Amino acid sequence: MSSPGFTNLNSSVSYSQNSTPNGGAAPPFQNGPAQTYQSMYPPTGCYGAPPQQQSYPTIPAHSTPAPHKAPITNSAHSANYYQSNHQQQQHHHQLPQHHVAPSQYSAPSSSVPPSQPHPTLHSSVPPPSNAQYNQQQHPPYATPGSYYGQQSYHSQQQQQQQQPNLVPAPAGGPGAPLYPIVSYPSAPGSSQYGTLSSSQSTSAPGVPPTQMGAPLHQYSTSRPAPTTAVQPGYSVAPTSQLGPTVNGQGSTVHQHYDQSHQASLSYDSYGRVTHSSGGADADRPPSGTPSTSVHSSPGHHQGVQYGYVANSGASSASATTSGPAAAPLSSSSEDDDDDEEEDEEAGGDTSSSSTGSASPVPNSYDSLEGGNYPDSMPPSNDMTNQAAPYGSYGYPSMEPAYQQGPASHTDSSPSHDLYSQSSYQQYSQPFPNLSQLSAALGGLSGVPELEVEALRPVNLLQERNLLPPRPLEAPEPNLSPDLKKVNCSPHTFRCTLTSIPQTQALLNKARLPLGLLLHPFRDLQQLPVITSNTIVRCRSCRTYINPFVTFLDQRRWKCNLCYRVNDVPDEFMYNPVTRSYGEPHKRPEVQNSTVEFIASSDYMLRPPQPAAYLFVLDVSHNAVEAGYLKYFCELLLDNLDKLPGDTRTRVGFLTFDNTIHFYNLQEGLSQPQMLVVSDIDDVFIPSHDSLMVNLKESKELVKDLLTSLPAMFSQSRETHSALGPALQAAFKLMSPTGGRVTVFQTQLPTLGAGALQSREDPNQRSSTKGVQHLGPATDFYKKLALDCSGQQIGVDLFLLSSQYADLASLSCISKYSAGSIFYYPSFHYIHNPAQLEKFQRDLERYFTRKIGFEAVMRIRCTKGLSIHTFHGNFFVRSTDLLSLANVNPDSAFAVQMSIEDSLADSSLACFQAALLYTSSKGKRRIRVHTLCLPVVNQLSDVYAGADVQAVTCLLANMAIDRSISSSLSDARDALVNAVVDLVSAYKSNVSNLQQSGLVVPAAMRLFPVYILSLLKQKALRTGTSTRLDERVFAMCEFKTQPLQQLMRMVHPDLYRLDNMSDQGALHLNDTVVPQPHLLHLSAERLSRDGAFLMDCGYVFYLWIGKCCSEVFIRDVLGCPNYASIPPNMSHIPELETPLSERVRAFLDWLQDNRAFSSMIHIVKDDASAKATFFQHLVEDRSESASSYYEFLQHIQQQMSK
Amino acid sequence: MEAAVFILSLVDCCALIFLSVYFIITLSDLECDYINARACCSKLNKWVIPEMVGQCLSTMLMLVSMHWFIFLLNLPVAVWNIYRYAKVPMGNMGVFDPTEIHNRGQLKSHMKEAMIKLGYHLLCFFIYLYSMILALIND
Repeated sequence: MSSPGFTNLNSSVSYSQNSTPNGGAAPPFQNGPAQTYQSMYPPTGCYGAPPQQQSYPTIPAHSTPAPHKAPITNSAHSANYYQSNHQQQQHHHQLPQHHVAPSQYSAPSSSVPPSQPHPTLHSSVPPPSNAQYNQQQHPPYATPGSYYGQQSYHSQQQQQQQQPNLVPAPAGGPGAPLYPIVSYPSAPGSSQYGTLSSSQSTSAPGVPPTQMGAPLHQYSTSRPAPTTAVQPGYSVAPTSQLGPTVNGQGSTVHQHYDQSHQASLSYDSYGRVTHSSGGADADRPPSGTPSTSVHSSPGHHQGVQYGYVANSGASSASATTSGPAAAPLSSSSEDDDDDEEEDEEAGGDTSSSSTGSASPVPNSYDSLEGGNYPDSMPPSNDMTNQAAPYGSYGYPSMEPAYQQGPASHTDSSPSHDLYSQSSYQQYSQPFPNLSQLSAALGGLSGVPELEVEALRPVNLLQERNLLPPRPLEAPEPNLSPDLKKVNCSPHTFRCTLTSIPQTQALLNKARLPLGLLLHPFRDLQQLPVITSNTIVRCRSCRTYINPFVTFLDQRRWKCNLCYRVNDVPDEFMYNPVTRSYGEPHKRPEVQNSTVEFIASSDYMLRPPQPAAYLFVLDVSHNAVEAGYLKYFCELLLDNLDKLPGDTRTRVGFLTFDNTIHFYNLQEGLSQPQMLVVSDIDDVFIPSHDSLMVNLKESKELVKDLLTSLPAMFSQSRETHSALGPALQAAFKLMSPTGGRVTVFQTQLPTLGAGALQSREDPNQRSSTKGVQHLGPATDFYKKLALDCSGQQIGVDLFLLSSQYADLASLSCISKYSAGSIFYYPSFHYIHNPAQLEKFQRDLERYFTRKIGFEAVMRIRCTKGLSIHTFHGNFFVRSTDLLSLANVNPDSAFAVQMSIEDSLADSSLACFQAALLYTSSKGKRRIRVHTLCLPVVNQLSDVYAGADVQAVTCLLANMAIDRSISSSLSDARDALVNAVVDLVSAYKSNVSNLQQSGLVVPAAMRLFPVYILSLLKQKALRTGTSTRLDERVFAMCEFKTQPLQQLMRMVHPDLYRLDNMSDQGALHLNDTVVPQPHLLHLSAERLSRDGAFLMDCGYVFYLWIGKCCSEVFIRDVLGCPNYASIPPNMSHIPELETPLSERVRAFLDWLQDNRAFSSMIHIVKDDASAKATFFQHLVEDRSESASSYYEFLQHIQQQMSK
Repeated sequence: MEAAVFILSLVDCCALIFLSVYFIITLSDLECDYINARACCSKLNKWVIPEMVGQCLSTMLMLVSMHWFIFLLNLPVAVWNIYRYAKVPMGNMGVFDPTEIHNRGQLKSHMKEAMIKLGYHLLCFFIYLYSMILALIND
């Protein structure tokens, strides 16, 4: 699994997983084999969840523990559930607030003053998920009683926060804190609790851990017989809680986060409780709803936990039943990244823990309430990267019916009244009115504004402060609350236009590209996993059933993509979650837009292959000089146990210079045997069964080899590199099973097939005329990549070269085999410590990240839409089928779409991405994401729904294509024209205000800045000296980086750190995370007496002004004064001062959800490193590029032509 | 003599017609997902040069036999074929590249091109047929 040090999502996730299944108590599992899990499931949880059963949905909450970010979403998720319950209940009962229980809950929770909901919430929940949103908002608006979710949340939160303090970490550690939450009065020591959960889960049959069990059992008694299945789930729940703690122990900061997460989780659980009662789980409800009411404030904690239990139980139950019982089981469980496989092994899906950043089901409370309460985004929420999706910036729907709250920060409780539909309707009128209104209102009442706000004309030449205070979030599609709450997370699935134009003509008029940005395999904290004998799909278009289909009656459903009416299979009538019959619309597939199916053998062409990893290492003189081998071997040794896989995992090694060396690692040998093949023109494999060996069986030999490898070649004098033949050998070696080939290369390949010549003319590096040789020089690598792709081999390339190595050609090997590319220019283990550190961090993540093999992804869209171009690393095998030999959680894809037929006959457009892959544990799985967007016929609506970040990223991809197929200057012109076109289109079609100057809709106000930033990126800039390889690498990054990361690279976030205040800060447990405002990327925003942090995604720069206060320098950097700051400082010391704690908390918070941990560089005002900092200030003029103002003037000139 | 030229052209033209039909069928197979891009492109790339040669052959024949009108009719297509072949980027696997054929509407434009060529070759076929008969009668 992930290494502890690596507190990324992955790591955390994996931990959580372990913890969950094991009950957290069992550390071995963390690293360990998944087998144990199985044992866990079987355990019969005696915990009946009588009253708590309602809460059963809570399971997700448990999941939350996972990673820091996750919690937020998770909480949101839970909240959603909660809301959903309400909705459902309302529907059923027609009683808006029929939940008496909630009110009761709230009462206890009242401890938290409603008026201050936001701060508290923030503290507890860092990320901005909609759900949170809603809840947060509610308090102010709603009577406390009515929203019990929130209140309860607070109370829980508080308790949880306290917990860490109360309970010493060790032994029972992780579990202990949670224990209080559990609030079993009778429960023994906290530590016991921890063990308990674990033991029970494992020993479920009733072994030792009964201590805890006793109380639980009591509960269980209340439950009906079937509960046995559920019981395992119970055990799981506690574990999940433990999970978080485990993480927390790993890193202190994280820990805080986790705890907060827990809080959120508990919150979730709470929500779930209601949810369960209301909804999905039919069988539980009886006990559920009423019981919830029963809980008193103190008790209600218990209830929550119980809820967890119940919830987990339910899911697990379904899983277990599914296995043996043969029920049609679909179990919904969430799994953490790594966990998935383990869960599977466990025999079903277990509910694993997690906070779902991606939580598929955002329910908005608003819907329940009839929209009285608009979502308002607290500023703090905005900040969180993850949660953003559902929450914050929604466009208020044009239709009065949709109440969705615009996320204006300014909303005050009074404003919410304004929201009421009547006022809202006004806003919903056609654009001219809107714009006028907006002008008139001037955003005073933050309320209705979203819509208005998105369309407000912005004169770029006059308005200078365009940036929002917090990083921009994805706009929210203008959908009904019901749909919105189940829509796919924007982190996974994002469309450039959140309102799809009805016809191609309208799209052309808007002058914006239509496309999707996908990050399908990203690490999720929460994912429902469904095991089912039949996976329900549309008969004609093969769409997976999803939340946006319509059920015509009990037995038939209508596909939302092709509109065919299908039958509901018998099995689908049974809901394993609630174990009720006749509620197909409450199955998890129909409740979540992101789900994962365990695929049957129908989805396999051959039995799932074991995970196979082959490392191809350059050991020529150049490589030895660079010195990467030692670090590679060390890191691999450290992470050998964490390579994703099971007991069948196979590894192999292959080194090359002018010959190719194979290593016989057959079990039984006393030491590794090296086999040299010097015939590079006709490569053959010297031995077929002993070169790729079972990692478990030959672990000692592998370790031997890794220890001796660096020394073996330390005297190498061979300067040639036969990369091509080595790749051919790797291909032959891997062909039978497929798998992952990792290539380390340090120079231009010079021998054998695939030899390349240097094509770069250093004198042309800063040419403004155009750049040659952006395309490959030979088709050798492309052909080989396609061969690899055909044999399910993915090739990842690590290029560590100080000289030109023709990445443009070499990258093809990864591009078409769905690999990833890493490039470390000027890598040297002594002379370039920064690159070395980056290499080590990347490698660690690389070794431990999740991987899927033999994958294909199909993207389907509503009839009338078609995909015409794909961006990313893969091979497009047929019109909508992407072949991905390997799929990793860090790469993203983009597609461009066109509208072939008018969408007039439907009001919704849907997109579904289905990723079929083999997990590293050898299970075939299908991950399905479904996105639903409204179709509009007004141009103003199209603009209101434009997602400026997504548009920018898609344009960047298109520009890269253009620069390769045509020329760089063409691509640059096209980008400028995109801005010109948008402004003129807006001017001529929408804006009725006869303003002079550059007017764009507010939703697109950052578009020119982003385009200017794109033009100044390494990939697309001209005039500045840029090495060809670096340029090509930047292009590759554009194609594969997920949107968030890409946007940070293109347009970094700049904050001032020396005068941070706690205003609006997030409170995560006892950690305060300040939330400084974003600054424009211009030197005029810097001041000599300040310290500024620039977040470029993969790296942070901390720029210290010459006159920066010594207090800051001393408290944060630990240096007495400015002069004594070392020139190459690259870490923030852990000082005990409040300022240092704030800064580190903020940094950790920023890093929270990134796959690759970022480095930090301290940049002094006078240092030569300054240039690297200032080149990111894109709004300023640089030697060869214009400033933002000049750029705007240029646009204006172009328009007047 | 003249009849021989046209008979030869006719045969050549028939081959080109078959080739166009083959292109269309293969491309539509790809469109319908009956074959994958790799197979489709390697099939088609094999025939790009024969097509070019066939087209140039009939062009040359017309030039040699001094049928200027027909020569001018043939010339643009021959030039286009050569240009298309020559402009293929170094890294691509031929005129039809499996990694790009699904991008940027390439499949559609290939299809359109094949259709147009089919129409053109049919036209040529009848011209040759007519000319051949005329030549035979004159003989």
